Amino acid sequence: MSGAEFVPLSLTPILIGVFAAIACALPGNFLVLRRQALIGDAISHVVLPGIVVAFLITGTVTAWPMMIGAAAAALLAVLLIEAIRRLGGIEPGAAMGVVFTTMFAGGVLLLERSDTSTVHLDVEHALMGNLESLIWLDAFGWGSLLDPVALAGLPPELFRMGLSMIGVVAFVWLFWRPLKISTFDEGFAQVMGMRTNLIGMSLVAVSALAAVAAFDAVGSIIVIAMFICPPAAARLMTNRLGAQVGWSVVFAALSAVLGYVLAGYGPLWLGARDSVSAAGMIATVSGIILGLAALFGPARGGARG
Amino acid sequence: MTRIALASTNGQTMTGAAPETAPMSIRGMTVSYGQKPVVFSVDATFPEGSMTAIIGPNGAGKSTLLKASLGILRPLSGIVSVFGRPLNSQRHRIAYVPQRASVDWDFPTTVLDVVLMGLSRELGLLRLVRPRHRARALDCLSRVGMAEFADRQIGQLSGGQQQRVFLARALAQGADLYLLDEPFAGVDAATEKAIIAVLKTLKAEGKTVVSVHHDLSTVTDYFDRVLILNTSKIAEGPVADAFTETNLQAAYGGRLATAQVAGIPVAG
Repeated sequence: MSGAEFVPLSLTPILIGVFAAIACALPGNFLVLRRQALIGDAISHVVLPGIVVAFLITGTVTAWPMMIGAAAAALLAVLLIEAIRRLGGIEPGAAMGVVFTTMFAGGVLLLERSDTSTVHLDVEHALMGNLESLIWLDAFGWGSLLDPVALAGLPPELFRMGLSMIGVVAFVWLFWRPLKISTFDEGFAQVMGMRTNLIGMSLVAVSALAAVAAFDAVGSIIVIAMFICPPAAARLMTNRLGAQVGWSVVFAALSAVLGYVLAGYGPLWLGARDSVSAAGMIATVSGIILGLAALFGPARGGARG
Repeated sequence: MTRIALASTNGQTMTGAAPETAPMSIRGMTVSYGQKPVVFSVDATFPEGSMTAIIGPNGAGKSTLLKASLGILRPLSGIVSVFGRPLNSQRHRIAYVPQRASVDWDFPTTVLDVVLMGLSRELGLLRLVRPRHRARALDCLSRVGMAEFADRQIGQLSGGQQQRVFLARALAQGADLYLLDEPFAGVDAATEKAIIAVLKTLKAEGKTVVSVHHDLSTVTDYFDRVLILNTSKIAEGPVADAFTETNLQAAYGGRLATAQVAGIPVAG
């Protein structure tokens, strides 16, 4: 494929996909180890009512109201989950399940009853995102990367996702030790004076940031898959947390690139005429990587393997 | 976070030798899960250089008392002072060894890495682990006979080895007060010997050791003080005074047959 075709049509979607995948996979490592992987799932579902409400209030589908609505919904969900868990004495998984299905269902009803026919806002969009449409029309080839006029036309999702990823990387790097120690041994961390509740809440907040930013660009299927599949596959590759996080980044990026290419060209190679959803294919690839890691990963079967 | 006030320093509310500087002093500790109190109005003092066993039947609130005293659980009421000051200002002097079963041993980390967690106050957020930190962690591992396992994944260890790694992590903290939650539960005889040797060395160095303990037959050999608990405090004091058949019957009731008590080397 020539640069003239690749750069405008595929470069930005692939980069956005990679950024989204890494931003979700990084906190996913800790969520999976804390048996909280469902949080990613929950957040990516509950943002739907937030986005619909933001649309109803502003009447547009521009990014910032959507992001604020999504973030507010994610925050409300986290509070509801905590409230149900504490007041009802219910285990966290069940509390999450109740909150995210109810809020997602509420979002679907709200969407049905409101007039969104004029804008691109529907359940399918929420699930699949629109990665393929995040193209860079001002580019004409690799040379455009140095052309300020063309660069100004980059899709804004690229910057939002890139910034979100940098934020997530900074958080994990800065709070590596507290995250690691409080994930392994919360009681010990507390006696050391670490604010383990605060660490746990920050992890969820950072996950929500990644999920909301990624949801905007790539839909909730990728978000759910990337929170769980790359970290879970990475855990099967190594018995060191640092290496696990490294592997998860590699798997996340690999899923995004491979998934995008396979979605665009795989069906053509198989003789079909249309391409398939990039989001669906990226999630599928991440699942296949997890399957392969489960079969061949050197640290599979837990530590006792 | 637990609300822990500074204990009264006028001496009126405290008893025992030099309580205002005791490594740990607990006053009026009550903890409940739901309606039922698990620990009720317990006072206890752990004097400097002592080695105390917290004993009592299952569900007597032994671990709960320890956790509430350390702020891991929120008590209904209770005042804790550590070396005469509020807990939060003295955390650097406390090493806590949780129950082995309380963590996931499948966690992707090595033995040496777990011991290095004991140095995290010193390392802070971003300071790099230097060779001298590594050497200190290794030294702590050799004190519990685990140096050769330094690079193992923690899940590959036996229960006794895991417990020794936890003790090594506590040693790395270089604390003055050591609080252990059932360190001998489900460990092999060699580990039990290794752990008690380390604890006795700590005591000899003037450190204070408090341990939730299950095996009544070893209390007199291992410890010099007991705190006998059954939701409320039954007795507290030197083994010779407090570890008596009467007190044990009061704590364990019918759960401890007289024949069993007869086999235990109780005081007086």
